[in-house]
Amino acid sequence: MKIKGRSISKGVATGKALISKHKISFLGAVDPTTGIIVDKSLDVYEEEITNCVLIFPGGKGSTVGSYVIYQLKKHGKSPCAMINRRADTIVAVGAIIAEIPVVDSLEIDIIEDELIRDGEEVLVNGTEGYVELR
Amino acid sequence: MHLTKEEERIYGGEEGWTKKKAMEILVAIGDINSASKLIPIKSAHVSGVSYKTIGEAFEFINSLEGTVKVKSTLNPIGMDIERWDKIGISGEFATKQTEVLAAYKKLGITAECTCVPYLLGRMPKMGEHLAWAESSAVLYANSVLGARTNMEGAPSALAAALIGKTPFYGLHQTENREPGIRVCVKCDIVDADYSALGFLIGNLVGNKIPVIELTSSSLPSKDELKHLSAAIGATGSVGMYHIRGLTPEADAIGVPAEKIEIEKGDVKKFYEENEEADVIAIGCPHCSSLELQHIYELLRAEGKGRKVKKDFFIFTARAIKQRMQEVVKKIENYSVKVICDTCFVVSPAFERYRCVLTNSGKMLRYVPLLCGGAKAKLCKTEECVRKAF
Repeated sequence: MKIKGRSISKGVATGKALISKHKISFLGAVDPTTGIIVDKSLDVYEEEITNCVLIFPGGKGSTVGSYVIYQLKKHGKSPCAMINRRADTIVAVGAIIAEIPVVDSLEIDIIEDELIRDGEEVLVNGTEGYVELR
Repeated sequence: MHLTKEEERIYGGEEGWTKKKAMEILVAIGDINSASKLIPIKSAHVSGVSYKTIGEAFEFINSLEGTVKVKSTLNPIGMDIERWDKIGISGEFATKQTEVLAAYKKLGITAECTCVPYLLGRMPKMGEHLAWAESSAVLYANSVLGARTNMEGAPSALAAALIGKTPFYGLHQTENREPGIRVCVKCDIVDADYSALGFLIGNLVGNKIPVIELTSSSLPSKDELKHLSAAIGATGSVGMYHIRGLTPEADAIGVPAEKIEIEKGDVKKFYEENEEADVIAIGCPHCSSLELQHIYELLRAEGKGRKVKKDFFIFTARAIKQRMQEVVKKIENYSVKVICDTCFVVSPAFERYRCVLTNSGKMLRYVPLLCGGAKAKLCKTEECVRKAF
């Protein structure tokens, strides 16, 4: 199923979904050297985001979070793509400098409508602004 | 967002990878915030410079090429460029920090590392558009100078510097500079009270721009406005404030319906903590020439020939230290260290203390988060000096 959205950061990638219902503050929530979520308040606590398609409502917190996303990429521990309900500038800027595809504002809310579950495959086309559930 | 032909070309990568990345950042931010276009800026102020906060992400800055299109300045780094070994910075950190600084210099950014760019060189004028990071400077520029900037992040200010433009939304637009809440201050305030007031306001107003109503005998100096700006920026998410009868746009604004009151007791509470401090730090934001002069006079009055008993650091911009050489020499005769290019919070050199005494509301917020578990206690400037002996 193909769902239209808005292009935030360019590129195309396919991976297994990892879904959080919470906004994520990358500075403090993710260990940039391991890709593991270390924020106990998150529903994805102790999950590894490496090579996943990280699906979450959006970012929050310090703007240094953008550089944490970049560090994840440098360590080979970044998600392969991200989907947001509403991307914020921290995630958008981090994804652009790290060259990770991001799409937001999908015409169907895949988090709320539970159209996808953890581990299912999803394609993110950040260049054209759509996702495809496999 | 509408792009001109030239902007389209940059976005398409015709002027290289660096400008393409910078343009992609600006376009994404513009789209997220429903901006209609990009507008030219007069200057940029870039944060994310201390190796303590950005770590390996400096590889990104190192990968950029070309030069910035407007006058661009840098926030404090993690050490005093000339005296890093004297304040306990490791050689390894100094090497990394020097590389970060070199990467910014290569882009044509002025290596005057300070959080008070408005005290050096050219002061932004009323109505000018800027792209500044560093929340205290953003609040000062918008509120006190009447310039216009959103609260930029480290990479977005850098992107704006490289393109010379920023997306037109938020505080760049007159209609978004209207206050949403009145803050009535019921007591006279002075010196560090402005830090306490800002700390309270940031916590209370959320993202609504406050219009502050002071008593008729509270006449804030530029330095007090600097401390108010810094404290609001530290605890709040709002990028400007008005002060009725004082700040440049305050005459043109309406009276919001929502109102909060600040009483004497609310401000007094900040001074009640009884923790014994083991260090004193002044200069967050960086001290002005006047503040240096004032601290010297306090030291002279209190010291009577004695040196301070506690570690005492003053932080300022290198150009201000140079301008005030004689005063700085006299201050250092009291065993007080005047440090440049960095500050207590962004340098790893000051993580060995238990409790720091300061006149800064910004430090009150960030020391407990970023300084190895130290506490911070607010004091008036005079009291900070008195407690040092």
